[in-house]
Amino acid sequence: MGARPPHLLDFQDWTPERLGAILDNADTMLQVLDRPVKKVPALQGLTVCNAFFENSTRTRTSFELAARRMSADVLTFAAGASSVSKGESLRDTLEVLTSYKVDAYIVRHHAAGAAHLVARYSGKPVINAGDGRRAHPTQALLDAYTIRQEYGSLEGKKVAILGDVRHSRVARSNAELLPKLGAQVVLCGPTTLLPPGLAQMPGVTLTTDPREAVRGAHAVMALRLQRERMSGGFLGSLQEYADTYQVNDTLLKEAESGAIVLHPGPMNRDLEISSDAADGPQSRILKQVENGQAIRMSVLYHLLVGRN
Amino acid sequence: MITITNIKRVGSEKTESVTIEGGLIKGWNLPTDQQGEGQVIDGQGGTVAPALIELHAHLREPGQTEKEDLSSGLAAAAAGGYGTVVSMPNTSPVVDDPAIVRSLIEKANSLGFARLRPAAALTKGQKGEELAELTYLKEAGAAMFTDDGRTNENARTLRLGLETAGSLGMVISVHAEDATLRADGVMNEGPVSEALGLPGNPAAAEAARVARDIEIVAGLHAQGVPARLHIQHLSTARALDLVRAAKAQGLPVTCEVCPHHLTLTDEALRSFDAIYKVAPPLRTQADADHLLEGLQDGSVDCLATDHAPHTRAEKERDLLDAPSGIAYIELAFPLMYTRFGETLGLERILDLMTAAPARVMGWDEPTLDAGAKADLVVLDLTTERPVNPAEFKSKAKFTPWAGETLKGWPVLTVVDGKVAYQR
Repeated sequence: MGARPPHLLDFQDWTPERLGAILDNADTMLQVLDRPVKKVPALQGLTVCNAFFENSTRTRTSFELAARRMSADVLTFAAGASSVSKGESLRDTLEVLTSYKVDAYIVRHHAAGAAHLVARYSGKPVINAGDGRRAHPTQALLDAYTIRQEYGSLEGKKVAILGDVRHSRVARSNAELLPKLGAQVVLCGPTTLLPPGLAQMPGVTLTTDPREAVRGAHAVMALRLQRERMSGGFLGSLQEYADTYQVNDTLLKEAESGAIVLHPGPMNRDLEISSDAADGPQSRILKQVENGQAIRMSVLYHLLVGRN
Repeated sequence: MITITNIKRVGSEKTESVTIEGGLIKGWNLPTDQQGEGQVIDGQGGTVAPALIELHAHLREPGQTEKEDLSSGLAAAAAGGYGTVVSMPNTSPVVDDPAIVRSLIEKANSLGFARLRPAAALTKGQKGEELAELTYLKEAGAAMFTDDGRTNENARTLRLGLETAGSLGMVISVHAEDATLRADGVMNEGPVSEALGLPGNPAAAEAARVARDIEIVAGLHAQGVPARLHIQHLSTARALDLVRAAKAQGLPVTCEVCPHHLTLTDEALRSFDAIYKVAPPLRTQADADHLLEGLQDGSVDCLATDHAPHTRAEKERDLLDAPSGIAYIELAFPLMYTRFGETLGLERILDLMTAAPARVMGWDEPTLDAGAKADLVVLDLTTERPVNPAEFKSKAKFTPWAGETLKGWPVLTVVDGKVAYQR
């Protein structure tokens, strides 16, 4: 199966077999979550640090619960971006956290590559919980898992991802992961939000035409339109965007029948996704949240159990 | 009086000696009775050349001396074979006051390392709004005018500055980058930035600004107004082509290229190590190749390092928050000679680092003739040695080339007839 990567920063060093093992293991974790006592002793005695340098509630909560359900102690460090502006470097912060004898880090940071720096400086396993626009690997794993749950495999499946691709770590991680598992990925959005260089990733194509993107797709993912980034004139207007790129029932008619609808959340309802699509029978958005916890338990298990 | 024996002049296999007196080269191969009672230094078979000239270094004094100061920066320059350094004015306070220029020169003179020729700010506070007192700054000893890292967004102010500086016979040097196109870019825009999810700085940000500035010079030139524009640290092929076209039209535009833009590309950022974060950013291999061609065909005027020291803690930040800059004035010649000695040839590299910067500034070209100013460097062109940042005189003791084996190390630097560095 190849060497076990020490960190989950992105999918560069990960073989399809290792990734498959994480997905397989998530099946077991889902069963744990269905038990009356939702806790296993796998990480007993270990301390996991939730190092969140950028605000996040959902991801932080999901990781925290995942670690606790594996019986780990959890240290939550929410720095915000301000400690950097106060002059403390990431390395300084880590030295403090290291002195608390932490066994693994879960890192969220506004800058791409920050999780790599933590891995370099801490010497402990690091799970990237989202770094800038770069990567959000556990989100991509839970998306892959949700698709696999539906179809049994990702082999030959078409996944359309629509929205603000430029600023999306979710899109980048999915574009890296899904082709490794046999799926093809189509990234779609207005030209200003669709960096042409991403077409060089294997198994990834780009289009500005949403119908073309969705045609024959087995899964359709809407990305959150990052309105806080839209001041730079990326779009003419939000209405113009919604009229063109919104994932709604009309657009879904182009997809395979029964295609599932995904969204990494939080949603801007009736902007990038219509309420009909978000709440309809094809939606797996709440399923994604549930699967997220199982995937994060599985990742923690894979990285930490049996490692000295 | 100093006599350096056992040295070879560039292009010659003959072992010679040179005698220095009163800050001047007294003569070559003088009989022992004319070498006086002075010091005799064994040049160890090294190659002697005029001391190098740096047109673009950040020495951080006043105000940011935790990064570098005149003593560490000029000692580092001397160790790199430099006899003269033009320092950038983006200090705290900004060098926009004749008194600061005078105090910097005075302090540097007392140190005995490389000679300092401070550049002064083009505008008050480098704010790009009102011109600084260029006449007084020149009188105080300013070597050129520049707002450097501030990108001269106000074209009219730059035009007024070019007119004024031109009438004073002075060069304006510019960091040519359109800040609105650069936006929040921290590395070259392209497939690498997109894969890494880092905001990109497009090549067009540089080319667009170079085009604008050349047009301003062209307009002044057509009216017979003397104006000399020097473009700092060109990084893109497109911008170089624009400079090439301007030169073909006879416009008084010069440009420099930095060794780091020749030897590193945006691929280095895959490490997420902010040591590779520079402004303008590391570009593609195609850009680097084009710049090298520019050095070969003469469309690039000279080499400069943009020596930009920061503290290690600052460079250990993430790529969005870390400051831009690499500090390597001590390595510039060995790096160029090791990597491009065969492509460019020793004599061309030396020209790009000695006479060429002097020509850009309108200074006398340095020579090793009897009677010339005794600014010289002895280079060991054969001994290969790994780069060891712990030995740096600069306060910035880290470099992308740590551990790399280089040759062409300076072993002796003489400035104004005095030993400024000896290995």
